[in-house]
Amino acid sequence: MSAVLNIKNLTMRFGGLTAVDSLDLSVSNLELIGLIGPNGAGKTTVFNMISGIYIPSEGEIIFDGNNINEDRAYEVSQKGIGRTFQNIRLFKDLTVLENVVLATHQHVQYSMVGSVLRTKGFKTEEKSLRSKALDLLKIFNLEDKKNLISKNLPYGDQRKLEIARALATDPKLLLLDEPAAGMNPKETKLLCNLIREVRDRFKIAILLIEHDMGLVMDVCERIYVLDYGKLIATGDPSQIQNNPKVIEAYLGTPGE
Amino acid sequence: MDYFIHLALICGIFIILSVSLNLINGFAGQFSLGHAGFWAIGAYTGAAYSVFFAPPLPGFINLFISCLIGGTFASLSGLIIGIPCLRLRGDYLAIATLGFGEIIRLIIVNLDVVGGPRGFTNIPKLSNIFWVYGWAFLTILFVANLMRGSHGRAIISIREDEIAAESLGINTFKYKLLAFVIGSGFAGVAGALFAHSEQFIHPHNFSFLWSVIILLMIILGGLGSISGAVVGAIILTLLPEMLRFMGETVAQWRMVIYSLLLIVLMLIKPTGIFGKHEIFGRRKKA
Repeated sequence: MSAVLNIKNLTMRFGGLTAVDSLDLSVSNLELIGLIGPNGAGKTTVFNMISGIYIPSEGEIIFDGNNINEDRAYEVSQKGIGRTFQNIRLFKDLTVLENVVLATHQHVQYSMVGSVLRTKGFKTEEKSLRSKALDLLKIFNLEDKKNLISKNLPYGDQRKLEIARALATDPKLLLLDEPAAGMNPKETKLLCNLIREVRDRFKIAILLIEHDMGLVMDVCERIYVLDYGKLIATGDPSQIQNNPKVIEAYLGTPGE
Repeated sequence: MDYFIHLALICGIFIILSVSLNLINGFAGQFSLGHAGFWAIGAYTGAAYSVFFAPPLPGFINLFISCLIGGTFASLSGLIIGIPCLRLRGDYLAIATLGFGEIIRLIIVNLDVVGGPRGFTNIPKLSNIFWVYGWAFLTILFVANLMRGSHGRAIISIREDEIAAESLGINTFKYKLLAFVIGSGFAGVAGALFAHSEQFIHPHNFSFLWSVIILLMIILGGLGSISGAVVGAIILTLLPEMLRFMGETVAQWRMVIYSLLLIVLMLIKPTGIFGKHEIFGRRKKA
């Protein structure tokens, strides 16, 4: 399998603090990868480097054969990486549908003049953007709520809407930052199936950060474990569950 | 009668100014306090065309050219000022645009060709109700249509959440700049119309205070609502004039009453008269 994302020796320093220390990570086509670790391990920092919010201090991020180290966030998205955020970042005052339609922006063909003059091309394309957005909402069972203001959605639905919005950019790789945070066990179970369904339907790779071990062990095919910015283990779920280093990182050493 | 026509002209000009500032402050969420500066550039370049260069064409054609010139120069300066300023956020952006607005005014004070501190005189009276409201209509239509397309949505996404917008592939700097350039362009058109309605313009007409008043109009009407910007402009232009005719005591206290009314409204409805909504149901049920 070819690697979509290839990270080599990735390091991020904030002043004297090394948040991520020479991380190597690769994601292949259609893979479902988990990135776990205790609080403050540097997981979100890795996401922020991949998605162009931070520029790495050292190392390389290769996506689809191109180095994207220095790319700005919008360029990373245009190259095909979508993401969600740990602290949900929906467009709170817009409706559910507007949130998703807005996300199709980078694929819009008509020009600004076309939209001001309301040309025929504008109207047909707007219609197809809307139906594309509605199809996405259908997958996430949010179709009935399309006209609700997104901040009024229940928490679980807000998380799902954020994933739908990221998918509207047609990514090849999707980064999910704690998709199950704030969900109850039943919702988490449904989310597991949804994540797999998204991968199969859209034929994309998914890299996710999650604290809910049930979800991680159920969904992920391979897992990377970070602790204090360093990669301490990698392998499939059963290998990770029995890895003494991982147990130590989460629970501490016996007799401590 | 002349008084009422003049008031109507001023009202239309402020509608253009408030709708265009609303694009920058209300939709893109970029706090600009330099709108009077772009208004001044439009007024002076538009007037300079009429006074120094205008060929003997029918008045309305000259007015049209003058508006285009005013609009072009204002949007060009919007571009030049926007590139450094729009990298700043919030309060810092407000201070930087305020500074540039004042710089524009001070440059005009020191430009002797356009009268400097004495003001610019002998501008032909070319503006009339038809052209002022024609441009006001065009401004509203332009902004309303823009906001219903994908480019407009990209502008709104900046106000809502800039980091999320970037993560969806929207070059937020480009769209901030776009809103700023379009907004200042229409302010320039308003300037040209103003010069040809007053026939005399003075740097004092474009002081920082006016940027604040235009800002008040859109806050009063509701940031991010075009209907709100129009209604805000009408109220804040007509209210001080109406109070003038309500007996001697009211006339004397009119600025106090005016301020109190604003405070009361902001206490009752902090999001402005319209909030983010429009008079005509723009929230489409898809």
